[in-house]
Amino acid sequence: MSSLSSCLLLSALLFSIGLAGALVRRNAILVLIGIELMLNAANLNFIAFWRFGPNPEALTGVLFTVFSIGVAAAEAAVGLALIISLYRHVKTTNLDQVDSMRG
Amino acid sequence: MLFTILAILTVAGAVAAMSFRNLVHSVLALTLAFAGLAMVYLQLGAQFIGFAQILVYIGAVAILIVFAILLTRDAGTTSKSALNASASNSSGWGGGVVAVAVFAAMAWAFHASAASQRALPAQPEATMQQIGNALMLQFALPLEVIGLLLTAALIGAVTIAMHDRQETR
Repeated sequence: MSSLSSCLLLSALLFSIGLAGALVRRNAILVLIGIELMLNAANLNFIAFWRFGPNPEALTGVLFTVFSIGVAAAEAAVGLALIISLYRHVKTTNLDQVDSMRG
Repeated sequence: MLFTILAILTVAGAVAAMSFRNLVHSVLALTLAFAGLAMVYLQLGAQFIGFAQILVYIGAVAILIVFAILLTRDAGTTSKSALNASASNSSGWGGGVVAVAVFAAMAWAFHASAASQRALPAQPEATMQQIGNALMLQFALPLEVIGLLLTAALIGAVTIAMHDRQETR
């Protein structure tokens, strides 16, 4: 059952759920959670193509995922710091109410 | 069979994380999705990535999100009104339609491709020693760059989130 297409299907589902959450939900923290889900879907694709690819002993998929996890951790830290700073200024995390730069 | 169970667990966690109204509940569901993904990695033979996923995502990112929720506590932790307001206008439906369209395009693309019918090859070797050798020899420069990036990002995060005393008084 665990073929390449089922891994890709799971990854596409996770990406779509994260995309829908990031587009529909209006809370900034939930938007960030949606972005994290999309990054995880990309990591699953790296691992799946490493496992089913023609040259798995080169370990490129595994190492790309290691670096991707590092970048995602940095992104989460900076994003949450921005949300906390935003909350301190406008006292809300609802993205529809942060419209002071709307023309 | 095991993969199907893990996939259902992961997708259920992700859907719950995106649809719960209470933010703390949605972080709990998110950890379920991360744990399911870690099990998928272990099942695919990437032990190091599976344990790194548990350590980084469940151990660090989920805790970080919980701290952010607690620090922005009275901003409507139960974002009932926000969900209703967005679901009633057209942008909420637009986002859902875009996500479904993206999923349909991806599913069609790899259903049509011949590469997805590839059978499961023999279990590749990905021991900790091989990964360490690759990180220290072949990928030493990217490792240093990612270390610099993490340092800069964490210092930047602390600087952004630090309380600015001059501005508030």
